This record gives sequence, structure tokens and C-alpha cells, in this order.
Amino acid sequence: MAATEQTISVNAPSITRTGSSSLTISSVVWFVVLVIVSVIFIFPFFWTLTSSLKQPYEIFNFPPTLFPAVPQWQNYATVFRIAPFFQWILNSIFVVVAGTLGVVLSSSIVAYSFARFRYRGRELIFVITLGTMMIPAQITLIPQYVLYTHMGWINTLYPLWVPFWFGGGAFYIFLLRQFFMTIPRELDEAALMDGAGYFRIFWNILLPLCIPALATVMIISFIGSWGDFLGPLIYLNSPDKFTVAMGLYFFQNNPDLGGAPTQQLLMAASVVTVIPCLILFFFAQRYFIQGVVLSGIKG
Amino acid sequence: MSSATTSLPGNAAALPWYSRIVGARTQKELREATFGYVFLIPWLLGLIIFVVGPIIACLYFSFTNFEGVGTPQFVGLANYVKAFTGDDLFWPSLLRTFEYAVLVVPIGLLGSLVLAVMLNRAVKGISFFRTFFFIPTLTPPVALAILWVWLFHPSVGPINLALKWVGIVGPDWLQSPQWALPAIIIINLWGSVGGNTMIIFLAGLQGVPQEMMEAAEIDGAGRWAKFRHITLPMISPTFLFNLILGIIGALKVFTTAFVATQGGPQYATWFFALHIYQQAFSYFRMGYGSALSWLFVVVLIAFTYFQLVLSRRWVYYGGEG
Repeated sequence: MAATEQTISVNAPSITRTGSSSLTISSVVWFVVLVIVSVIFIFPFFWTLTSSLKQPYEIFNFPPTLFPAVPQWQNYATVFRIAPFFQWILNSIFVVVAGTLGVVLSSSIVAYSFARFRYRGRELIFVITLGTMMIPAQITLIPQYVLYTHMGWINTLYPLWVPFWFGGGAFYIFLLRQFFMTIPRELDEAALMDGAGYFRIFWNILLPLCIPALATVMIISFIGSWGDFLGPLIYLNSPDKFTVAMGLYFFQNNPDLGGAPTQQLLMAASVVTVIPCLILFFFAQRYFIQGVVLSGIKG
Repeated sequence: MSSATTSLPGNAAALPWYSRIVGARTQKELREATFGYVFLIPWLLGLIIFVVGPIIACLYFSFTNFEGVGTPQFVGLANYVKAFTGDDLFWPSLLRTFEYAVLVVPIGLLGSLVLAVMLNRAVKGISFFRTFFFIPTLTPPVALAILWVWLFHPSVGPINLALKWVGIVGPDWLQSPQWALPAIIIINLWGSVGGNTMIIFLAGLQGVPQEMMEAAEIDGAGRWAKFRHITLPMISPTFLFNLILGIIGALKVFTTAFVATQGGPQYATWFFALHIYQQAFSYFRMGYGSALSWLFVVVLIAFTYFQLVLSRRWVYYGGEG
């Protein structure tokens, strides 16, 4: 499945072919520009990482040093000791896995309905679905808070993952529907002839073909849930329930948390919250862009 | 799974009464429609419980003095009157949000497009570059804010150090009323320019027909001419999609400002979403918060509609299915 790289390089020969004399120079310039831009994107992380390994006196030295004199790896151990980051990570993993599973399963079956079935009202519901993308979360926030209060869901993790089991969200449905439309209908019809039910066609035939799009949905949902701050800020109030994003904010604002979280510890804690996303993206990125490209989102 | 035993294809009389409502004329179509609805159920429920219901409830709350507990008392238009005339932070927060959006949306879109064009070429290690550009998007916004507070540190931060090297005395950034807004803009641009917007542009660029490019080359079109007259029109629908989502995203700005500046200093980064949050969840003025939310949505819908109307002038839909 290295199609991501292929699709990108497929375009390339015809572009580079034109200016064959300036090919090497322009390629080198291009490469240098890309490197410079990458440095801009990477440097803040690099700075965070080296700051997280410095000693308290070192971090406020002027001029600041690029590297710590002696890397203080125990800063990370300290973070986990003085704040319940382990618990927060577990909470986040639960919310993210439960929410993302809900998004993937429910948005794909809804997209299947939009892409493959004829029934009255489909176009209208689809247009309404697209319209919900334009509605900011703020307007549903207060009534949802009231709803969850009545259900006794305040200060539980439910509000952070249960809603995702109801279709996941318009963007995911749209993306998957576009992807389903690119799969030839004959495939379904042949299976239907062979006596397969609609759910089996979905589960055994279409879903396996949708893996790039599903990976895209999964990554976007994962990043969104993992980094979500407004939800935990509103719904959670006891520290043992916090997710990492909320925990990090709590850690930043509570210097009395069993020891002063000085700047280097705050940096170490930030690194801790980023790493799971990096790991996921590293493994799933080859599907990611492919999923968007093949779904043919053009607006 | 087969319903062969019950189906009488073509026999309309045997169809149940509701088949007309769902638009089915044969047993097969009825079965298809039924399954279509069944698979739609999760989203229909979600739409009612989490979107449409709350929007209506929000409208209702906006006419009451609801405080989160107890029975809401009807107060008519009092909340709206208060927003326009009796709230010192209403107009400033709206204005601040627009200032932010006016800067962040064009710069962000242009930046994303430039990055996508850069990545749409064959260069060694393209997937590494793509990952590097995407990394900020992977960062939880709270962490993003915290690490940029550190980068913007007035005395020991690397940004002011770099400015010092070129002979500029850097401002206090997030602690300065003049520079806090630009700083928040920089943070959010860095956090989003290489993300989903860029990926969607990249997808659009990949969809530009190669034959068209080659034909233009034969006609002697240069690189810029090709970009201007082929690529740009071909990706204009993508551009519209990103523009609308970009505006909505920008007007919702919350987390980075909440964490990095708490809306300060002197309300310099007090965006509208912070205002709603404070009214509804710090003071528990849920009725008033609902009125603010509704005003916000009206503004957003107006913006989006305006964009869609304007877009007829510049978006090209030909040549695509």
C-alpha cells in the first residue's frame, strides 16, 4: 500500500521533464526550501524537548542553551510522580478508543446508507448533514450540558465518547460517502445476486476496500478526541477523571501539585501528551493522504 | 438473509401502505429503502439528540433566565437587549474574533496552498516533509499553547533571542496588549497550516488532469501560467471548501487563547467563544450564554451564505462529476 508515494510521484516526471536543463538546480532549491520550512515546523518541538531535559537553574539561563548540559531524564519520572499523568493517559486512551470506534463504525454505516440506497428524503437528510458542518459546537454546548446533567453524566467520561456512536459527525460521513461512491456498484449487485445481505455486503466487501478512508477518519477522530479541551473542561471536575489535555492544563495551573511544576516539568508533561499522536500518525500516515485523495473531496 | 419467500416482484398491490411514503414501487425497492433507513438510524438519532434538539433548546433558553438548575423563567428579549446594550465585552469580543479571522483565514489558506504545491512535486523524502508539516496538527491544543508560551517568553525565549540577533528588541508577546493577538495568530497558524487544510489542497492538486497540463505545455505555457489558468480554476471548489471550514474554525477560536493568555492581557484576546464560556460555565448564566450562542450562529450562517453567493463568481465546477 505505498500508493501515497506513488500517486505523488506519478505527477512528477511530466513536471520535471519540461525543464530538464534546470532540473537539478530547481530540485535542489526546492529541497532546500522544504528543509527550511520543515525546520520552522520542527523547531518548537525540539525546543520543548531540550527544555524538558534541563535543570531548573539551566532553563532560565541567558542566553539559553540549545542542549542541556546533562540531560535530566528523571524530569519525566518526576512528572509522573507528582501528577496522576498515568491515570490521565488511561482516561484519554479509553475516551479515544471508545469514541473512535464509535466514529468508524457508525459513520461508515451511515455513509453506506447515503451512498448505496435509494429512499425518499435521502437527499434532504444529506444536505442537512452537510449543513451541520457549518454549525459551531458552541450552540449545542449549553443544551448538551443540561442534557448530561439530567442523565447524571457530569464528571463522567460518557459525554466524551458516547455521542460519537451516533454517526460520528458530518465530516466523517461525508468523507466516507465520497469514498463509497468511488467503489463500483457492480460489486454490490453481484454480491446481492449471490444472496448476500446488505449488511454482509457492507461488512465483508465494502469496508475492506475502504481501509484508507477509514484510517483517515480514525486519525482525525483520534487527534480530535485526544486533544479535545473544551469537552473535558466543561464536563469533568475531579482530577481523577481528567483526560491528558485537561490534566496538562490542570498541571500548568496548580503549582502546589505535590511539588512545583517548574518550566522543565511542564515541558516534559507537554511532550508526554504529544507522543501517542506521533506514534499513531507514524504508523497510519501512509493511508492518510491516500484516503483523502481517493475520496475525491473537492468541496 | 434473502426475502425471496415473501417477495412478489412487480406486484404493487401486495406492497404495504408505507411503501409509497418511502418511494418504493417494487418489493425489491421497498427492501432497499427499509435497509437504507435502518442504516441511517444512528445518525438520525444523533442529529435529533445532539444537533437539532440542542439548537432548538438553545433558542428556548435564550429567552429565559436559566441558570443551569431550577426552572427557566421566560424573560422575552432581555438577553438579546443585554448583549447589544448592557454587556461591555460583547462588541469588543466579537470585534476581536473578526480581527483574528480576517488575518488567520487568508494567511492560513495561502500558507496551506503553498505547502501543498511544494509537496506536490517529486522530491526525495517527500513523506518525511509531509509528516513534519503535519506534526503541529497532531499536537493537543493545550500543549501547543503551553509550548508557545515558552517560545514567546520575553527574556529567555528563542523568538526574542533570534530577534535580538538581527537587532530588534522583541515585544512581550503574550503579556503585551498589542502583541498578544498577533502571537495567538502565529500559534494557531503554526498549528494548522500544515494540517487538514493542506492535505485537502494536496488532494485537490492531485485531481488536476495531467493531460491538461501537458496540452498547456505544448502550447508554450510557463509554470506560472499553468498554475494561474489551469491549477487554480481546477482546485477552486477545494478552495471554497477550505475557505468555509477555515472561517468557521477561526470564529470558534478558544483553546489556545484560554490556555495561553486567559483572554488577556486587558481582554486583548478575549474572543467570542471565551465570552460564551465565561457567561455560561463560569457564571452559569445559561440563558444569556444561549442568546450569545444564537447570535454567534446567525453571524456564522450569514458569513457562510455570503461566501456561497460570492463563490459563484470564482468557483469552477466544470469537468468534474
